[in-house]
Amino acid sequence: MKNIKNKKIPSGFIFFIAVVIGYIIVAFINPSLVLVSFNNFFELLVKIAPILVFVFSLIFLFNLLIKPKTVRKYLGHEKGLSGWVVSILGGIISMGAIYMWYPLLADLRKKGMSDALISTFLYNRSIKVPLLPFLIHYFGFVYTALLTVFMIIFSIINGFLVDKIINKKS
Amino acid sequence: MKISSEKIKKSAIKTWKNFKKIIPVILGVFLLISFLKTAIPKEFYSKLFSGIPFFDSIIGAVLGSISAGHPLTSYIIGGELLDHGISLIAVTAFLLTWVTVGIVQLPAESSILGTKFAIARNIVSFISAIIIAGLVILILPIL
Repeated sequence: MKNIKNKKIPSGFIFFIAVVIGYIIVAFINPSLVLVSFNNFFELLVKIAPILVFVFSLIFLFNLLIKPKTVRKYLGHEKGLSGWVVSILGGIISMGAIYMWYPLLADLRKKGMSDALISTFLYNRSIKVPLLPFLIHYFGFVYTALLTVFMIIFSIINGFLVDKIINKKS
Repeated sequence: MKISSEKIKKSAIKTWKNFKKIIPVILGVFLLISFLKTAIPKEFYSKLFSGIPFFDSIIGAVLGSISAGHPLTSYIIGGELLDHGISLIAVTAFLLTWVTVGIVQLPAESSILGTKFAIARNIVSFISAIIIAGLVILILPIL
């Protein structure tokens, strides 16, 4: 009983239920609007479902082959060019919510990891390899490749800039 | 590299948990987008954006910064905005700030990594998003 009480309803599920309730309310006011919307919804779902299957297969592979421990092992211990490479690659392959990485990064900073490398790592976390098929589906391969390359380049520029700003102010 | 059945099971469970977490969000976003697509005329979106690339990229970047959630959601919304005639520069800035600027995570980032760091990183990421969006639009037609 205690366990049931403590179980938090996921926010994503609350959002879904809220949208469904919204649909039900609108159905009473304007049924045809809901019918057309439903039609659009199924069209969208059929279009996206195969990509979704592919995306989750990639997520499974990432979970299987890349362990957070591996990223932690190298992150913050490398200096110079290899430090940048590890921060970029670590950011790209790291999984999980961004805030889960904050305590580790704060710890690594105490051990000598620069603000530039922390910033670079965080920026590269925006590049999600398993989600790239989704981005390609909507925006095309060339756009996705170009955006990814720019994000990696700017992660380094941002790292330098953040470091400069922090050191200047302090 | 040897992969044990235990590892496969663990990864499958982790992926399943991830799937369970994200699928209601995706279905909710699909339902919401399908409804908005039907209920709101395309002209509304063009009113929301100015049509001037620089200002549109700022509007896109602001919208992405204040939004939070799984990146998949931003791709779906971005794709639909593009379908509704919103410029690619605005959509690119939107996609970038969605994942690189975290207004929602700012308190957590500030308390753990420092306020100066968090503010500097988010401001730099915001400006970068507008610059990258501009560069992508400039270079894309050449490729």
